[in-house]
Amino acid sequence: MAEIRFEGVRKNFGKFAAVDGVDLVVDDREFVVLLGPSGCGKTTLLRCLAGLERVDEGRVFIGDRDATDLPPRRRRIAMVFQSYAVFPHMKVYDNIAFGLRMQKEKKAAIDERVTSSAELLHIEELLDRYSSQLSGGQRQRVAVARAIATTADVLLMDEPLSNLDALLRLEMRAELKTLLQTLDATTIYVTHDQIEALSMGDRIAVMNKGRIVQLGNPLEVYDNPADTFVGGFIGNPPMNFLEAEVVGNGSGSGGVAKLSGGSLELTGETAALAGHNLLLGIRAEAIGVETSAADGLVRATVIVLEPLGSHNLLTVRCGEDTLKVSVQPDLFPTAGSDVWLRLEPARIRWMDRDTGTAIRTGTEAFATDTAVVTS
Amino acid sequence: MALPRIRIGRALAYLAAIAISAFILAPIYLITISAFSSFDAVYEYPKNLVPSDLSMESMNIFLDSDGVKESLLRSVYVAGLTIVACLAIGTPAGYAIARFTFKGSNPFQLALVSTRAFPLIIIAVPLAVTYLRVGIDDTIYGVAMAHVAFTLPLTVLVMASVFASISYELEEAAMTLGCGRLSAFRRVALPLALPGVAASAIFVFVTTWNEVFAAALLTFTNRTLPAQMLAALDTSPLPYRLAGGFFLLAPALVVIFLIRRYLLTTWGRVAR
Repeated sequence: MAEIRFEGVRKNFGKFAAVDGVDLVVDDREFVVLLGPSGCGKTTLLRCLAGLERVDEGRVFIGDRDATDLPPRRRRIAMVFQSYAVFPHMKVYDNIAFGLRMQKEKKAAIDERVTSSAELLHIEELLDRYSSQLSGGQRQRVAVARAIATTADVLLMDEPLSNLDALLRLEMRAELKTLLQTLDATTIYVTHDQIEALSMGDRIAVMNKGRIVQLGNPLEVYDNPADTFVGGFIGNPPMNFLEAEVVGNGSGSGGVAKLSGGSLELTGETAALAGHNLLLGIRAEAIGVETSAADGLVRATVIVLEPLGSHNLLTVRCGEDTLKVSVQPDLFPTAGSDVWLRLEPARIRWMDRDTGTAIRTGTEAFATDTAVVTS
Repeated sequence: MALPRIRIGRALAYLAAIAISAFILAPIYLITISAFSSFDAVYEYPKNLVPSDLSMESMNIFLDSDGVKESLLRSVYVAGLTIVACLAIGTPAGYAIARFTFKGSNPFQLALVSTRAFPLIIIAVPLAVTYLRVGIDDTIYGVAMAHVAFTLPLTVLVMASVFASISYELEEAAMTLGCGRLSAFRRVALPLALPGVAASAIFVFVTTWNEVFAAALLTFTNRTLPAQMLAALDTSPLPYRLAGGFFLLAPALVVIFLIRRYLLTTWGRVAR
């Protein structure tokens, strides 16, 4: 087991910077998810760590060893590929034993490791089969078993669940998380699925255009996005952003936020907001919905209502802005009717409209007061 | 009304398939039964399509003729040499084209194909002169070398598409599991490419086994079977020719039948 350290890592493909100066430290036994849209460089970063790509600049450390110039086989890593990469010409047993045989383990030791890995993934019954006789989910299990059978310092996973169907993915997600908790391996997990990232990682590194734009525990990243990209990428629906203007009362705290559809009273610190073109960011579930007017509420018109079972998703128009609001499942405002929105100042995340980055006022509250994730 | 039309279409397709098969199979059949007929039966007219008396007479006439056994052996030797050399060079070359983007990769492939654009007649004289100068004329190594030159381009291209159809991630997986580049190739890519290697070997074998022009041009005493037959053709009796024809046909047919499945899967993949 080992710590992983990226120092100023760059990787170019031609003139395109796939990884554009990444610094990242993953602690020993930590589970970090690299999250980002396709083409953001997350897989390339992982491949740089695996030694499958050579970095153009910067260093990569695994444990206390500088691994930058080591070939993959000397890095003591194990990797699960998106396509699973289960060897088609070998039986499942030989697939899982492959790494151990390369390490020249004794036959009895190999047998024991293969059996225990297969048991962990519940594929003991399949050891005699070829890859072509397996379903996608089973192949996936073989790939994971093969990776954990070797005694690697670091476990790398490149979108391991993305080729499974939705139901299987849900099942495998929980199982994989349980498995990784028992393994205690330092793990880097690449995905473009924000739900996967939120549900599995100790920390999430959100990547965009070859850079890490935010690193934090899942709730922090979800609740306090570092910029409009993170707010828009993470969460379903994405965070709402409304153009806003804040008029302070001179004392640095309190003031009035003017939106295109109304205005609301601010109570917390506002000093940090002065001099910025502002965007008001707020999560769909952080908006309260009332059916009658009251002080401090903003009027909006319902465009469409989508019942989703556990809650209802409203698309509403508030002045010039369109918002997604989630409400309790028993509230059914008809399209075209008016509702009144409660935008809790503590749940508002201010963004600079020009740079897209978050402006911290110091009074942000989390959805839950205990937004502490123990790792 | 749609159903009868489909039926008619199917019937026509089958008819065409039968006609084409018959066109190809009829001579093969005739050669085969004649090769195993008695001397008299070969000259019989009208021909008995169902052979009544199988005999080794024609075959024996052929095999006992001067130089036939030796040339048969030489043909086997040349085929073996050509296959080994072709695969030894063609497999890595195909791998390089499939896996690496290097400067000149496209011109290289074009050059490979273009070697097939020159008819042998055109290069016959320069080839013979070169062989005489170097001193490899009238040797089976010389013939094998010429055959390698004919078959290598296609072997390289076929092997390239075979390797291109094998996911590189498999080799990368092997590398993360403790393989170097070479051992990842040997343990993963090569075993998966074996059907393609076999298909290439067949192609090379069929080509070299039946190749007559270069063999006849470059050898005088050390002739391969086709060259030997060509030399003896106008002075030999009909049974000799038919038995010889059978020897040229049979190995190729047998090998193709044995390995047909691989041929289809591999080259089917190439066509995709």
